[in-house]
Amino acid sequence: MNERVAPERLAPEPRAEERKAPPAQTAATGYIGASVPRANAKRLLEGRGCYVDDLKLPRLAHVVFFRSPHAHARIRKLDLSRARTQPGVLAAFDGRAIAEYCSPWVGVLGHLKGIKSPPQHAVAIERACSQGEAVAAIVAETRAQAEDALQHVEAEWEELPAVTGMEEALAGRTVIHPELGDNICFRRELATEGVEQAFAAADLVVEETFGFGRHTGVTLEGRSILADYNAAEHSLTVYQATQAPHMMQDIFSRHLGIPEANVRVICKDVGGSFGIKVHVYPDEMATAAISVMLRRPVKFAADRLESFLTDIHAREHKAKVRLACTRDGRILAFDLDDLTAIGPYSVYPRTSGIEGNQVVNLTGGPYRHQEYRARLNVVFTNKNVTCQYRAVGHPVAVALTEGIVDVAAAKLGLDPAEFRRRNLIPDDAYPYTFPSGIKFEKLSHHQCLDKLLALMDYAGLRAEQAQLRTRGVYRGIGLAAMIEVTNPSPAFYGVGGARISAQDGATVRLEPSGMVTCLSSVTEQGQGTDGIFAQICATAVGVSVDQVRVITGDTGVTPYGGGTWASRGAGIGGEAVLQAGKALKSNILDLAAAVLGADKATLEVRDNAVCDKATGESKLPLAEVGRIGYFRPDTLPLKFQAELSATRHYTPREYAFTFTNGIQASLVEVDTDTGFVRLLKHWCVEDCGTVINPLLVDEQIRGGIVQGIGAAMLEECLYSAEGQLLNGSLADYLVPMTGDVPDIEVAHVCTPTRQSELGAKGVGEAGTAGAPGAVMNAINDALAPLGARVTDQPFTPERILKALKKV
Amino acid sequence: MKASSFGYARPESLAEALELLARHGERAKLLAGGQSLIPSLNLRLSSPALLIDLGNLSELEGIALQGKDLRIGALTRHRAIERSPVVAAHAPLLAQAAPHIAHVAIRNRGTFGGSLAMSDPAAEWPACCLALGASIVVASARGERRVQAERFFKALYATDLAPDEILVAAEIPAAAADSRSVFLELARRRGDYAIVGVAAQARRSKGRLQDVRLAFLGVAAVPLLARRAMAALEGGPCDAAAIAAAERALGDELEPMADLYHSAATKLHLARVLAGRALAALAA
Repeated sequence: MNERVAPERLAPEPRAEERKAPPAQTAATGYIGASVPRANAKRLLEGRGCYVDDLKLPRLAHVVFFRSPHAHARIRKLDLSRARTQPGVLAAFDGRAIAEYCSPWVGVLGHLKGIKSPPQHAVAIERACSQGEAVAAIVAETRAQAEDALQHVEAEWEELPAVTGMEEALAGRTVIHPELGDNICFRRELATEGVEQAFAAADLVVEETFGFGRHTGVTLEGRSILADYNAAEHSLTVYQATQAPHMMQDIFSRHLGIPEANVRVICKDVGGSFGIKVHVYPDEMATAAISVMLRRPVKFAADRLESFLTDIHAREHKAKVRLACTRDGRILAFDLDDLTAIGPYSVYPRTSGIEGNQVVNLTGGPYRHQEYRARLNVVFTNKNVTCQYRAVGHPVAVALTEGIVDVAAAKLGLDPAEFRRRNLIPDDAYPYTFPSGIKFEKLSHHQCLDKLLALMDYAGLRAEQAQLRTRGVYRGIGLAAMIEVTNPSPAFYGVGGARISAQDGATVRLEPSGMVTCLSSVTEQGQGTDGIFAQICATAVGVSVDQVRVITGDTGVTPYGGGTWASRGAGIGGEAVLQAGKALKSNILDLAAAVLGADKATLEVRDNAVCDKATGESKLPLAEVGRIGYFRPDTLPLKFQAELSATRHYTPREYAFTFTNGIQASLVEVDTDTGFVRLLKHWCVEDCGTVINPLLVDEQIRGGIVQGIGAAMLEECLYSAEGQLLNGSLADYLVPMTGDVPDIEVAHVCTPTRQSELGAKGVGEAGTAGAPGAVMNAINDALAPLGARVTDQPFTPERILKALKKV
Repeated sequence: MKASSFGYARPESLAEALELLARHGERAKLLAGGQSLIPSLNLRLSSPALLIDLGNLSELEGIALQGKDLRIGALTRHRAIERSPVVAAHAPLLAQAAPHIAHVAIRNRGTFGGSLAMSDPAAEWPACCLALGASIVVASARGERRVQAERFFKALYATDLAPDEILVAAEIPAAAADSRSVFLELARRRGDYAIVGVAAQARRSKGRLQDVRLAFLGVAAVPLLARRAMAALEGGPCDAAAIAAAERALGDELEPMADLYHSAATKLHLARVLAGRALAALAA
């Protein structure tokens, strides 16, 4: 059941039914709310995608990196002379050579007070601070030759003490960067005035510590870059698998010393990102620098082993949380103490302080308590760096909030759904300011809860669970309410000094044939952005969706903007497309009014033609508008100039973030002899405002839930005490596969944001945010009659057997 | 990563393949289905001077009942075994195990002999061959010989094969009329290497088990026959007490190595759970 509620603010009204194929003629109701198939799906399925690694340019060179085998070591000797003489080798560089062309960076932001990190080079100089850090680059005619030559690099290392544990890092007996004084990257504390009193006066205080394994976002396409420096123009064209081409344009410009206007970043097809591809990676910066040094195109494509070692990791947290409540089940306060480790550097330019900061902002988020205390420590360690990965901080905040809420409900003897009902922020309480300082425009927690309980037949499942327990079958039901940051304003990065745009732009242009081209600064990673922009554009202009072509991912072509991150593409980029499309329509009507000698107010664009607004009678096909506008403007009144393209920009500014909300549920069965968990079913009801394409929205939710299930059940980057990654391959690092994933039912409540005309909030991360907490609560619900609980993700069979005291 | 360069030969006959192998010895690697070898080449875990592709040796492919033995050629694909009515009738344990091997795409390419020669401790076929008392047929330019499965798997990824020998087939005693078999394994995801698995076969008559064979995978460097557990069951009734005794005995003979996700203690516990389930199924 995928129910949609009509968006209130968008005119024309949405279609109710889904479409199988794009209709030839658009109805007056438009495409908002219709499951229009996206144009690029067929191309990708036919193998006609073009990824960075598919590109071949004349004189293309390939670079590979000699990487530190140690977690922390000083380079005693690095001799590249033998490597340089191997067949096909064009050059070999150490960190100092690269540094002459690429300046180092520091991953801090002004609004994260006190955050610190040392300068980081594209290729490490003197010292490696994590396993896999590049210390030399080998460039050859082919990748295979470069790999052959790697084996002739002679290096001698002096191993240094590796700090790998979070507590060890916090204690600071060994300091990774002595010049920083300690291992603390960032620290934040906040407390409301009455929090002590709330805990003192509470009838019940519960406490639990939750652990979150370090994991990563496994993209189908690995990180890849092809940099092509043109010495004649002092220009650099970069083909890159990135989510933020304009951000990268700025960074290449500043760190390589090339004027911004001479740097062009192009994203061809991008094979999945999940936040992995929105950061600055030293090996990618080195590749661009080497292109400048060698004055020829150079390509680097991370292989899967390099991806596991060097793609950003995320979510290594240990968090103690306390909850105070009254006897009758009213939550009074939360108290959080979160410790997270980020590797040896804060990642540039978004910093590695954001995830912990989000945990502080969001913990307790769905509930109406007024008191809150939080403490956050973000520490350096000698493991790979961590940074923003899909749902940044949310899966941690949701799991520990919902985990402790279940503990409290159990202690009070209250049903978990009923306990939530008593504490969720009422649907009529908005706008609302949460104790951490974040503001909610309008959420729908109670509508979502009611809808979820009906959708899953909560009462029926509880009855079945009780009946099965009598036969020794241990099923569990877990709930997880959530809030989600989407459509961020400049408050996320811009205010901290980052040159990361929170606005996006769109240009919509009528072509002479009457077709429409839409250029957007938001990028396509395989999620369907291009498809929904075509729908919005077609609706706004009044053409059928097959008449629209969407172009994204080229700083030389599209308006300036932020790209794809923080669930912002549809809500921000989509609004820019809507406004640009409306502006173009107005310009088309101006031309038509001039041609027809009619009053513009009596005209409308519908079904690829200008028509009479009242009767619908077609007056002037858009192909005719294009023909006259571009080829026969001589026939137009002398003072009339046709403007058949329009550009509009949009930034949300009224709220720092446009929060969404929702609730998920998981049904599991635990085999108490083996510790294996079968995921039987998963449900999600969420509120992303206007649903532009129900199919894509639901698949975003499902895909997100699958990644959340991965975190809860399977995925963890395992390190030895010495800082060696133990599972850097797809055989050892387990991601969920289709056979491991239950059916996922998705439904919606629709509360459009009033900040934009489109009314869309973000949806890309909600699934990931809530799923781990729901699965954890379901497992613990199943184990409850046996007196066992698990709190450390992922919930491996061994962890469950240990909780059951069977091993 | 890219494989380092290597020579390549595709012999037309077993004799030619053996001649190449005799000439190049340990510098050569045999390519059968390639499901393990090709990844290891690409990871540069293996860099042979010569790859001898056995793909043209159709003489090594096929399933046939020869007298009292089922003979399975080394190049027979996993999928062919999974779908073979002859296997289902005469070695049902293999039919039960086959669906656990990786995924269909891999089963379409991977070969029976390749799996035996690779001798991965978590692979299904070596344990099945142990449980079934198979003999492994190996050939070299010096001639052909047969090795009992119990003596074939020597150590981690090491077998009785000499550098100049090719595994050509396995001969498996056909199941008796009163034979029962069961194959169980636990893997985090369907198709992954097993954490632990058990291949079990016995003859059952009048409520008693005879010729009990319990072979485990994933609990040691090689597949392992649980002789003490087998002895605890042999000739007696397969009741709860006997199963409990067998599970206890496993503690004395299995010494699993921890893997990335499971301690030795967990693996032993899981082996006992599987043994209990397998025996209950045999007795049922």
